[in-house]
Amino acid sequence: MNASATIFYLISAFILGAGLLAVTSRKIFRSAIWLLFSLVGIAALYFWMQVEFIAAVQIVVYVGGIVVLIIFSIFLTQQSGKEMPKPIFKRSIFSILAAVFGLAFIYCLIDRYGFSKIETHPLNVSVAEIGTQMLSTTEHGYILPFEVVSMLLLAAMIGCIVIAMKEKNPIIEPPKPKEAKLMIHSDFQTTENQNNE
Amino acid sequence: MGGVPLTHILFVSTALFCIGMYGLFTRRNMITMLMSVELMLNSVNINFIAFNKYLYPDKLDGIFFTIFIIAIAAAEAAVAIAIIINLYRTHKSIDVEDATEMKF
Repeated sequence: MNASATIFYLISAFILGAGLLAVTSRKIFRSAIWLLFSLVGIAALYFWMQVEFIAAVQIVVYVGGIVVLIIFSIFLTQQSGKEMPKPIFKRSIFSILAAVFGLAFIYCLIDRYGFSKIETHPLNVSVAEIGTQMLSTTEHGYILPFEVVSMLLLAAMIGCIVIAMKEKNPIIEPPKPKEAKLMIHSDFQTTENQNNE
Repeated sequence: MGGVPLTHILFVSTALFCIGMYGLFTRRNMITMLMSVELMLNSVNINFIAFNKYLYPDKLDGIFFTIFIIAIAAAEAAVAIAIIINLYRTHKSIDVEDATEMKF
């Protein structure tokens, strides 16, 4: 086993360990930090595969964007020091069974298929090549999906603003506490009696 | 590439997908479920890059699909978090068991 293969196995162990801790950690903030480590490990795997542009996009978008968004929403909605309740025993057993059987099934499938090794020449992933082919209008160009994705991002941005906007006069009243409702009821009865008298 | 076969990269991405699936099944908090979905999307990205690099080195289609998946994942996470924050305003909780008005 040479150095490159050793680095690959180290990176994959890091990714899987961090991912496993991200889905099992009981404290939600630690879980987000483990997710961040796992995503950095995936970027390292892209660097190992020598697709530097994708690795940079992974770091910028996932680590710099999505994880920060998740951490912000954790701070807005949760007491981050509190432990989450344990999953129900039956549910976690069946989830482990589903994951393990799925893994074993796909493992057998991949192992038996045995991809024919082609890899004649290295992949040319310079940014100039990616940009030229993505914006070309010829047969193998990706200009149409590019435009569609840009429209999708715009629509998602406007949709986020509309969904998360605070309404001045909320249509749905927040549920009032029970005691307050009873008091209002009794007050109403007394005023009614006063009117009768 | 140091003699690492394609199947080993596929094993890593499969294991990551199953980890994300386990998290999606066990967690009941919406933010942690979103994090599991991100792990699953990343495992798919690894698959695309590995197939492109090992099997079709003269094309760039896997790279483009990965870029589009990353863009759509960013949009999806933003919309999901907007929905979660709005849900927190009305329910004071982001547990999926507490938001059952639209069930059945």
